[in-house]
Amino acid sequence: MQNGDQHYSMEDETYTDIDGKAISLECQSHSGFCREFTVSSAKVSIGRVMAYTCAVWLSAYIIFFVTENTAVLSSAIIITLVGMMVHIHFVKVDHETLLIIGSLGVQVSSSYASGRESTDFIEMGKIKDIVINEAIHMQTVIYYLCILLKDPSDPEAVSSVVPLFQSSKPRLNCLVKVYKSCQEILAKC
Amino acid sequence: MVLKIFFPQCCNKADSGLLVGRWIPGQNSAVVLAVIHYPFIPGQVKQYIHQVECVRVCISQCVCVSQCLIQQEKELKEDGGGEKGGTKRGGGEKKGEENKVEGEEGGGEKDKVIFIHYEQRKVMLSQLHPIDNGVPDPQTESQLPQVFGTVCQSEPLFFLDKYDDGPVKMTHWQSEGREGSIIVELMKQASTPVCLLTTWMLTLWTSLCSSRFISSKLSTCVQLSYRTEHLQTVCSPTRATAHNHFMRKANIFVSFFVDVSLGLLLVSWMYRENRIGKLANTLVPAADYVAKELEELLQWLMGAPAGLKMNRALDQVLGRFFLYHIHLWISYIHLMSPFVEMILWYVGLSACLGLTFALSLLSDITALLTFHIYCFYVYGARLYCMTVYGLSSLWRLFRGKKWNVLRQRVDSCSYDLDQLFIGTLLFTILLFLLPTTALYYLVFTLLRLVVVMFQGVLHLSVDFINSFPLFAMGLRLFRSYRLAEGVKFRVLCEEPGTPLHLMMDINPLKVSSVVQTYRTPTYSCYPKDSWLALCKKLFLGELIYPWRHKTTKID
Repeated sequence: MQNGDQHYSMEDETYTDIDGKAISLECQSHSGFCREFTVSSAKVSIGRVMAYTCAVWLSAYIIFFVTENTAVLSSAIIITLVGMMVHIHFVKVDHETLLIIGSLGVQVSSSYASGRESTDFIEMGKIKDIVINEAIHMQTVIYYLCILLKDPSDPEAVSSVVPLFQSSKPRLNCLVKVYKSCQEILAKC
Repeated sequence: MVLKIFFPQCCNKADSGLLVGRWIPGQNSAVVLAVIHYPFIPGQVKQYIHQVECVRVCISQCVCVSQCLIQQEKELKEDGGGEKGGTKRGGGEKKGEENKVEGEEGGGEKDKVIFIHYEQRKVMLSQLHPIDNGVPDPQTESQLPQVFGTVCQSEPLFFLDKYDDGPVKMTHWQSEGREGSIIVELMKQASTPVCLLTTWMLTLWTSLCSSRFISSKLSTCVQLSYRTEHLQTVCSPTRATAHNHFMRKANIFVSFFVDVSLGLLLVSWMYRENRIGKLANTLVPAADYVAKELEELLQWLMGAPAGLKMNRALDQVLGRFFLYHIHLWISYIHLMSPFVEMILWYVGLSACLGLTFALSLLSDITALLTFHIYCFYVYGARLYCMTVYGLSSLWRLFRGKKWNVLRQRVDSCSYDLDQLFIGTLLFTILLFLLPTTALYYLVFTLLRLVVVMFQGVLHLSVDFINSFPLFAMGLRLFRSYRLAEGVKFRVLCEEPGTPLHLMMDINPLKVSSVVQTYRTPTYSCYPKDSWLALCKKLFLGELIYPWRHKTTKID
């Protein structure tokens, strides 16, 4: 494989999450044993934000109309602002990144709408395998990519499971692409 | 296998030279610590390495990673930004590595090398979590702790500042020079005897204050014992070598300092504008008001509370008994009223020992001022408890059963006619007296719970000040790299045909983990009663002391 900083986006197929919303998968191959996968979700919908805000403010105005207490309106504004801040800082994930570096480890990071990033690095020595697993979500069976961690006492056993792309929840076709690339690198180590 | 070279950022723009570092066995990794510049005399380098070896650096494992020319190349640019550093081209790795890499298919040597840039100072000062207290096996230990350990153990190498002229010219992270201060040096010299003296005084104090009965009953005494223990830890002449021990000492010291500062602020506020006098003047009328309200409550209970028909005789007996108690209480308060201001004056001064002392004293004063409520609660609870247990025993007798103490179970039993008759009679009497007893118990339990909740808030505040790891939190906020949960990597953009370059940054420990790892153990660390157990106790009329831990004997 060429060692240059190859940057190719897998845009030939349109990927969707388990709810049918469009997501994009971007794959960067930094070298033969280092690849980066970025799954991007849809941005914060202005329409939905407006709808929620209007609903809260309307209900607050109705309460104000009944009680004639101005504190209701000010508290509605504060609740809306705090709710939006909490949502963009702790809930809404813009994109999730999986950086796999052969013989070094796997780095999982999530970038939130506010710009906050949370990163977790798992050393290769602790990784048993990367697999596609299935789970029951509501009334459907969904697939998810996960890292199996070795049990320190028994190397053959699995101590815990780290699910990947938990926020974007891509469908199987997207997961298979990432899985194959990961297995290629793991095979080289 | 991929060869991983951990390279210090400060060496990026260094001149040509010899790389000194440590080869990590079994991990196929090398940690570069410094560059020794040309020209050098091998004998001097050997002597220097021997000197460093004397100060606990793992030179037995420090090998010459490669003798390479570190050339100035283009500045590295990050994918999205303009972070700078210099790339290096190795003149040649160790011969074995070179042959092995070239022999593999699917790429040359360049494709099998990763340069991981790290900030030497940050890695040296950071502590990787979770902290492993055991002696790790180098073969099985994971890579990152070994990298961090290598850099940390080479600390003496880095603490030679840039103004120190040695025979060997090197590049590594260096301090900006140290400023000498005679005051600091004198304080260092004086610290050991001061610590010894303080420890001796504290030991003497603990031997004098060995009365367990009083100290377990008063919050102030409990707090005093905690603070004595904390001061003994801080003033211990033994140097904190382990990270956990150092952090514990630092957290206790900062907590103590903040506590005393807040206490002094409280004292300065209280003694200004005669606030103590005002407080004393409001305290006695407040106690009178509470007593008057209690009298009215008892008068209401002695009538037909909420339209309930009570047992008249028992109602009157209990009502008069409690009214007499209130009368005694008012007399006691009025007897104390001339001395209240003086007591408060001296109590206020104790806040100089810390805000926690002031809060503990407030808790004890609350306990003393609401002693009549406590008495009412105890009487009501004991009466109700006896009634409930009597009813449960007589209910078993009523059904021809009894409690087997030895087997801890309910067994069948044949009773005489007399026993059954008296048992049934007593059961009926207790059952009809239960609503009156239960109502008095309910009212006084609710009053007691209000006091307990107030004291609980005070105890939680004291516990928070005692246990909150302020020093660790300060490190997390202002020097987040000092407490590392792990690392994170960024791919640095490079030209085709060069090895992969990564930037290793420190991933700081989460705030919740900082609190969990470094909080000082206090009251709240003991196992607590569940809400279910508390409700059960209240229902059965058992006495409740929510902040006492389970090992404490309850009278």
